[in-house]
Parts: sequence; C-alpha cells; structure tokens
Amino acid sequence: MEAEFIVHAGQYLGAGLCIGLGAIGAALGEGYTGGLANTSISRRPAMAPTYTRTMLVAQAVAETSAIFALMVSVLLLFTDLSGMGVCQWAAAIGAGLSMGLGAFGSGIGAGLPGGQAIWGLSRQPQTASHMTTTMLVSQAICQTPAIFSLVVAFLLIFKDASGYPLWPYSASFLAAGLAMGLGAIGSGWGGGMTGGACCEGFARQPRLRSQLMTMNLVGQAVSQTPAIFALLIAIMLVVGGKTEGNILTVATTLGAGLAIGFGAIGSGLGNGANAQGACEAVTMNSGTSKDMMTFMLVGQAIGQTPVIFALVVSLMLIFIPFSGMPANLVGFSALVGAGLSVGIAGIGSGFGNGLNGASACRGVALAPAERGSMLTLMLVGQAVAQTPAIFGLLVAFILMFKGYPGPATLPAAMALLSAGLCMGFGGLGPGVGNGFTGAAACEAAGHRPDQRGLIMRTMLVAQAVAQSTAIYALVIAFVLIFVV
Amino acid sequence: MENISGADLVRAAAFIGAGIAMGLGAIGPGVGEGFAGGKACEAIGRNPDEAGLLTRTMLVAQAVAESTGIYSLVVALLLIFVV
Repeated sequence: MEAEFIVHAGQYLGAGLCIGLGAIGAALGEGYTGGLANTSISRRPAMAPTYTRTMLVAQAVAETSAIFALMVSVLLLFTDLSGMGVCQWAAAIGAGLSMGLGAFGSGIGAGLPGGQAIWGLSRQPQTASHMTTTMLVSQAICQTPAIFSLVVAFLLIFKDASGYPLWPYSASFLAAGLAMGLGAIGSGWGGGMTGGACCEGFARQPRLRSQLMTMNLVGQAVSQTPAIFALLIAIMLVVGGKTEGNILTVATTLGAGLAIGFGAIGSGLGNGANAQGACEAVTMNSGTSKDMMTFMLVGQAIGQTPVIFALVVSLMLIFIPFSGMPANLVGFSALVGAGLSVGIAGIGSGFGNGLNGASACRGVALAPAERGSMLTLMLVGQAVAQTPAIFGLLVAFILMFKGYPGPATLPAAMALLSAGLCMGFGGLGPGVGNGFTGAAACEAAGHRPDQRGLIMRTMLVAQAVAQSTAIYALVIAFVLIFVV
Repeated sequence: MENISGADLVRAAAFIGAGIAMGLGAIGPGVGEGFAGGKACEAIGRNPDEAGLLTRTMLVAQAVAESTGIYSLVVALLLIFVV
C-alpha cells in the first residue's frame, strides 16, 4: 500500500480520537460548575446574574482544553502530513492521543474550582473579586497539563520524519503520544481537587486567603510533577527516537511510553487529593498551617514514589541495550509487559497514598498535639498502600532481566505480556483500597487520639486483607513468568 | 514462530485470559475491602468499646468481598494449568 494512504488513515483516526476523548473532560467539568451554580442560585436567587457570569467565566476556562483538542483535530483533518514520511501515520494518532487524553484531566480539573467558587460566593458574597482571582489562578494551573499535551501534539505533527523507515520510528510517535496523554490526566484532575478545596476554604474562612493560596500553589505545583516527567519522556522519545532497530527497539519505546503514562496518573491524582486535604485542614484549624505544609509535602513525596518507579523503568527501557533479550515476540512481550506492570500498578498506590495523606492533614487539624503519632500512622498506612506499586516494579525488573533461553513460541510470549497486565491491574485495586483504609484511620485517630493503638491495629488488619488480591496477582504473574 | 499451530494459539489465549482474569478481578476486592476497613476504623474511633464486634463484622464483610478475588484466582489457575 502507498505511504500516502497509510498516513491519511492515521490522520483521520487521530482526529477522531483527539476530539472524542478531548470532549469528555471539559463537558464533565463544566457540568459540575453549572450544577453548583444552580445550587447557589436556589440559595440566593437575587444573585443569579453574578453567579451566572462567574459560571460562564469558569466554564470558558474549562472549555480551553476541549478547544485545544478541536484545534488539533481540525489540523489533522486538513493538513496533508504524507510529505513528511511514512511514520507520520503514527505521529497523527500519537498527537490525537496526547491531546485527547490530556484534555480529559484538565477539563474535569478546571471545573472543580469553578463550581466551588460559585458555591463559595453564595456563602460569602463580599469575597467576590478575590474569589474570582483564586478560581482563575487554580484553573490556570489545571490547564498546564493540557498545554503540555498541545505542545507534544504539535511536536509530533510537525516533526519531519521523511526518509525514516516505517519501524521502529513509528513506535516513538505512538509512545510519545501515549506517555503525554495518559501522563496529563492525573495532574490536571488532581490539581483541580486542590483548587476546589482552596476556593471552598476561602469561602468558609475569608481571612485565611493568603495561607490557603500558598498551600494551593505549592500543592498544585507538586501535583504537576508527574505531567512534567511524562513531558520529558515524550520529548526524549520523539527527539531521541531510534530510526533503525528491530522488534526490541519497538518494544522498549512502547514500554517506556506506557510505563510513564500510566504511572503518572495515580501520583498526579493522589498529590492533588493530598493537597486538597491540606487546604481543608487549614480551613478547619488555621493555627496548624505550618505543620500542614510539612504533612502535605511528606505525604506528596511518598505519593510521588509510584511515578518515580515508572520514570526509572522508562529510562531503563530507553537507555539499556537489552542485548541478551531474544529479538522476537518473546522479548517484545517481556519489555512491553514490564512497562504495563510498573505503570498500571502505580495508579492505585499513587492515588491511595494521596487519600491517606489528605486525611492525615485533617487529623492534625482535629488534634494538633498528636501530630507525631499522626505522622507515624500516616507513614505506616502509606507504606502498606505502596506495596502494590513495589510488586509492579518487581515484576517489571524480573521481566526485563530474566533470561529467555526457551523456544520462542506464541504461548511463551503471551504469558509474559499477561504477567505484566496481571500485576498491573492486580495492584490497582489494593492500592486504592489500602488508601481508603489508611485515610479513615487517620481521621478516626484525629477524633479519638486516645484510641490510636486500637485504630492502627484495625487499619493493619483491614489492609492486610485488602492486600491479598495484589498477592494473588503477584503469584499468578510469577507462575506465568517462571512456570509455564 | 512462523508456523503457529492451533494448540499454541489456544494456550496463548488461555495465558492472556489468566492475566486479565486475575488482574481485573483483583481491582474490586482491593477497593471494596479497603472501603470496608476504612469504615471500621471510623466506627471504632467513634465507639471504641465495640471494637471486637466491629472488627468481626469487618472481617466477615471482607471475607465476602474477597470471594470474587478468589474466583478470579481459581479461574486464572484453571486457565494456566488445566485447560
């Protein structure tokens, strides 16, 4: 088939993916804003014009990410990319995935401060101008991942790959799109949770404006880190992409993109949730805002671990030659499976750690004198919630570095890919569940510091039970790798 | 790898099925049991005198929630070793 047709087919597929995925987030976020606007109007009908105006401003900001997606979509429809090489089919699909998925998180995220700001105005009408500023600042930060996604989409579309053979460079384009698109979801959405809590807190305690804003900006900045890692890997994949190689080059490229893309989701969401809890805690008890900053940053640092695991695996996949790996479907499955395992398993742990950290902040606000024991409880809970991500990392390392001397059969290859999927998805649920338990334990200990021993024991028992399915997944992954 | 037999294809599909079964099957129990555990911690915080009863109830609820994870495990093992 002629290259021209392949590229055009990729462009149309990419355009559809881009606006299809990109339209989801903004609409959800705007719906949330609209819903809270009506709640506020029902409370104070006389203020309807003000609330409607604020709603429209907030929705316009949330719409931005969808407009980016529309722009990329139209660009893909009406620009002929076939002059820039046969790999451009993958650039078009990658650009669609990057912008489409990237717009999802930012669209939802930008809606959350919008809704909370209007609801806040109905509580404290005199805060109007400051509230709008707080809302717009929070929303602007939520849009950052969508802007990264737009940059990567343009980079992919306008990268001249003429003269490159179809493979392996097509994989660089696809992997860069996946990395940036998936990697933007968590940071955009998580940042919105933080911004929403900041607007809500400001409405409850207008005098805490500067403290809340500091917490909001620091918290959102940390939440953006996973998206920045994803941007880094995406740029490396496009600019440093290999133009010659074999099936293993394709595998390492795709594996690296999938690892950092999925791995960034949980940490982005979790860091946002953690900062949300810190903003709520400052509102509850402003005297503890210094402690709160410490708790938030410690919690976020631990919540960041899964994305750092994913970053490490991504960089290893990009830079290690894997010369001992058989250049066939077995090697391919092992390397892609490694990326999936560390990436997907990290989603649960990252988010779970964030929930836990958020509740620890609220717990300190309830019982400031007990902050030492609260820190212990938070760290123990987070350590347990981290286990699934560590299992994911372990399986990824085994897949990457175990030798494969056996015959290259289809079942042998699929068993390895399946092991990665199994540990990845299997780690997701226990990570989130352990986070729920740890979060509730921190809050309960805040209410009843005298019972913290009993509460910690219950937490550990419950987490051990919730961990069991991650252990089943690990066992099945080991059986798939070592036995069959 | 050039000539893939029908039996190979079946085994490959069984392995992929096992991974998906255990992987996806672990999500629900993990989240659900964690939620139940969280509520138990909250309840014990509110009423520590009933800690024994609350823990027992939590474990019963988690055991039930675990069942689907065990179904997934059994099916995954069947796919790997039996079929």
